[in-house]
Amino acid sequence: MSTDATLSFEEAMEKYDPVLGFEVHVELNTRTKMFSSAPNVFGDEPNTNVNEVDLGMPGVLPVVNRTAVESSIKIGLALNCKIAESCTFARKQYFYPDTPKNFQTSQYEDPIAYDGYLDIELADGTLFRVEIERAHMEEDAGKLTHMGGAAGRIQGADFSLVDYNRSGVPLVEIVTKPIEGAGSRAPELAKAYVAAVREIVKNLGVSDARMERGNVRCDANVSLRPHGRERFGIRSETKNVNSLRAVEHAVRYEIQRHAAVLDSGEPVIQETRHWHEDTRTTTSGRAKSDADDYRYFPEPDLVPIVASREWVEELRATLPEPPAARRKRLQADWGYSDLEFRDVVNAGVMDEIEETIAAGASASVARKWWMGEIVGRAKNADVDPGQLGVRPATIVELNKLVEAGKINNKMASEVLDGVLAGEGTPAEIVEKRGLAVVSDDGPLLEAIDAALAAQPDVAEKIRGGKLQAIGAIVGGVMKATRGQADAARVRELILEKLGVEG
Amino acid sequence: MTDTNELIRLSAARLAEKLRAGEVTSVQVTQAFLDRIAAVDGGERGVNAFLHVNTEEALAVAAEVDAIRAAGGAAAEELHELAGVPIAVKDLIVTIGQPTTAGSKILEGWHSPYDATVVKRLRAAKMPILGKTNLDEFAMGSSTEHSAYGPTRNPWDLDRIPGGSGGGSAAAVAAFEAPLALGTDTGGSIRQPGAVTGTVGVKPTYGSVSRYGAIAMASSLDQIGPVSRTVLDSALLHQVIGGHDPFDSTSLPDPLADLAAAARLGSVDGMKIGIIKELHGEGYQAGVENRFNESLDLLKEAGAEIVEVSCPNFKYALGAYYLIMPSEASSNLAKFDGVRYGLRVLPEEGPLTIERVMGATRAAGFGDEVKRRIILGTYALSAGYYDAYYGSAQKVRTLIQRDFEAAFAQADVLISPTAPTTAFKLGEKLNDPLAMYLNDVATIPANMAGVPGLSLPGGLADEDGLPVGIQLLAPARQDARLYQVGAVLESLLENKWGGPLLAQAPELAGSTETQEAK
Repeated sequence: MSTDATLSFEEAMEKYDPVLGFEVHVELNTRTKMFSSAPNVFGDEPNTNVNEVDLGMPGVLPVVNRTAVESSIKIGLALNCKIAESCTFARKQYFYPDTPKNFQTSQYEDPIAYDGYLDIELADGTLFRVEIERAHMEEDAGKLTHMGGAAGRIQGADFSLVDYNRSGVPLVEIVTKPIEGAGSRAPELAKAYVAAVREIVKNLGVSDARMERGNVRCDANVSLRPHGRERFGIRSETKNVNSLRAVEHAVRYEIQRHAAVLDSGEPVIQETRHWHEDTRTTTSGRAKSDADDYRYFPEPDLVPIVASREWVEELRATLPEPPAARRKRLQADWGYSDLEFRDVVNAGVMDEIEETIAAGASASVARKWWMGEIVGRAKNADVDPGQLGVRPATIVELNKLVEAGKINNKMASEVLDGVLAGEGTPAEIVEKRGLAVVSDDGPLLEAIDAALAAQPDVAEKIRGGKLQAIGAIVGGVMKATRGQADAARVRELILEKLGVEG
Repeated sequence: MTDTNELIRLSAARLAEKLRAGEVTSVQVTQAFLDRIAAVDGGERGVNAFLHVNTEEALAVAAEVDAIRAAGGAAAEELHELAGVPIAVKDLIVTIGQPTTAGSKILEGWHSPYDATVVKRLRAAKMPILGKTNLDEFAMGSSTEHSAYGPTRNPWDLDRIPGGSGGGSAAAVAAFEAPLALGTDTGGSIRQPGAVTGTVGVKPTYGSVSRYGAIAMASSLDQIGPVSRTVLDSALLHQVIGGHDPFDSTSLPDPLADLAAAARLGSVDGMKIGIIKELHGEGYQAGVENRFNESLDLLKEAGAEIVEVSCPNFKYALGAYYLIMPSEASSNLAKFDGVRYGLRVLPEEGPLTIERVMGATRAAGFGDEVKRRIILGTYALSAGYYDAYYGSAQKVRTLIQRDFEAAFAQADVLISPTAPTTAFKLGEKLNDPLAMYLNDVATIPANMAGVPGLSLPGGLADEDGLPVGIQLLAPARQDARLYQVGAVLESLLENKWGGPLLAQAPELAGSTETQEAK
């Protein structure tokens, strides 16, 4: 595989102005498929969630899933789009074995939602408006697995397997207008835009929005033009960039690659590109031109979808609070500083903190646990913090144990490990691991005597009023009790013993 | 017991009466038709109406009906009016338990895992399915010569075509191999075979019978409908298969009218019947024209007012049809690629890529007429040609709809010959597609506008003694009018002939030997 030349990002930015465009496919989490009654379920045995419609059997006809239409309207409304009063489906025709009818039923000329926008908040709080061209309904294709070739690619494969479980899963494709003016923040904007779309569809409850399962998939278009020129350059379309990080990296890489091509005096080739996560580069896919002939024509088996204004308003009334407004409200409610709140958002634990507070924790306790204990563990385990398995009730229970003086913070952290290891509830783990704070003064006094005896010079200093020296004795006691003593109580007892006023 | 030779000549309505009265059993009736099929359908000079005979299942359903009837009580009371009356199904309509080929090699041996909605309704009515009938491959043709399984012969003259694409269903009914059959009509495939075989065929209003399970040729034109020997029989069958189906998005929500009542009412008194100026005269065989005029006279005598209407845009119908139909067909037939079901052919040489396997499969599996229409449709939908071809054709469609609206403002029902000629000879037009296409000139406008049409026997042409069809057309959703007027004309004509037209059909070679047939 040859490597393409690239310019440094800084140099590319000096010479050129990037224009972006995104096509984000969102898989809806409807109970059944877009045009059939087969279940829409991820991860089942191949070719089990199919019926005659999904397999394109002779004689079958599609029937539009009403819930999918409602979900699409909700997405359109959340993207500030207009909703078409009447819209149709068309057939996009091409022969490929993952498409059972050899055409995809998709909206073409008249999408259900159009002319919207989304205000994207960048990391430093800057707002950037991305214009939405359209959001249209279509069906997903089946999944091909190429066997015998290198790296699962079709080239060189001995044969291919098709799983039609995904065939007919409802999709909404969200297409932006060309995004100009992002400049050197283009990669960051790319990531933030896809993150915002993902957040919206998740918040609406219309998609599971899990990028690792392909619920949200992004095709990123990039072109460059010299500063000051109005006409767009030739674009490349990097397909299936399926993580937020990858979106940022792919846009950055394509900017650098385009810049090198333009610098060499060659034209950029209009083509699709494949993203490679391992090398963080793209390679050439198939040449694509606007003249690709899909022989679109209106789907004669379906009647137009009529979205009455009453229905649209009914759906609008069910929309949850938009994510940006929600963030503003939560920050105010919780009393976090801008920095604290941004860290929480960037760590992806805002929902978790909200749930933890709802379960009875204070805002500061919830933040302390999620940011202080859980985010780090999630990073080590390479999963999202929310996927680690910590339930809000666990945090509330842990915090109660600390506040009651039953365990200290260090023990609480150990108990959390126990919870994650599946050893039981915090109370059970405290019991099993014998982690209770030692509050019976008897054993403590013994340990204090031993510590004082071991360090007579320190004891003397304390008696002489040098109270800061007490840390050495407390440390000795804590060590002897393997951290199970309540340090404050130890200090009290030492002072008592030595007859010094604290 | 009634003589089987007499039994198979009874109408479905009459058979149903005899079954209800206990004069005959469904097993006897069903066996009589199976015997007839065995006697006249096979062999070198056989009718070849059937691609598959469903003996075992048909007799089992018949026996079930007989058992219910014998037991009496509520279950017997609840039996459908046509329970136990057998039927043949065009092999474009999918059935569990029998092969469905669409008359094509590409589906040879394929068994559908599901039943078409109309088949479900036949089963619910407990009508024994005798088998699957021959057709032009994927219903593309007007002669049934384009079947991959050999042509069907016209029972009136075995050297002539039975019409198409539903020649199998029409010939089966005309040859007394079945009292009823299902057909599909995209541009005349029920009505034109009805005309040339002396039978009745109805294309219902688009959307009034579910298309779910009918292998699509042109989705916006296709419609399933009844084939029978009498107008009342078609009405009875139409009521079995019609009505809303949630599996077909183009299915109308309307409740079905009482079509059999309309047929039994049979009145034209005070009705205005419109002759379509553009659908007779020049280009129509003299014998066809004579029989047509005779029918007009009879209707006038019965109290109808005959008016002339003009549909100036009908002259564009055939041209527009031959853009819309192939365009949709090219898309509908894309699924036959050898990947999931049916024939799979590997290329004889070169690499085994999916494109090449698909190509080899389609090259070997489709016949010439199918390929011709796929190529035509693919071209018409191509970028740069879409507006000129598909787009313009859709505009013509609107104009045809307006012509119908204007015509129905002046007349309750329209009338024309069903086809410009009687049955032509096998092979006569096989190499002249345009001449073949012209046979549908009078039937296509109804499909383009979605309105219902009925063809009934109008007598025999003077010059060749072959059946002529009379077509009635009604506004969309007014199918009942077709049966009401059709029944009158049928009765007037039969009075004139002294019995059904089919009584004049020549005896088929095997027709007297039914007793020996297995």
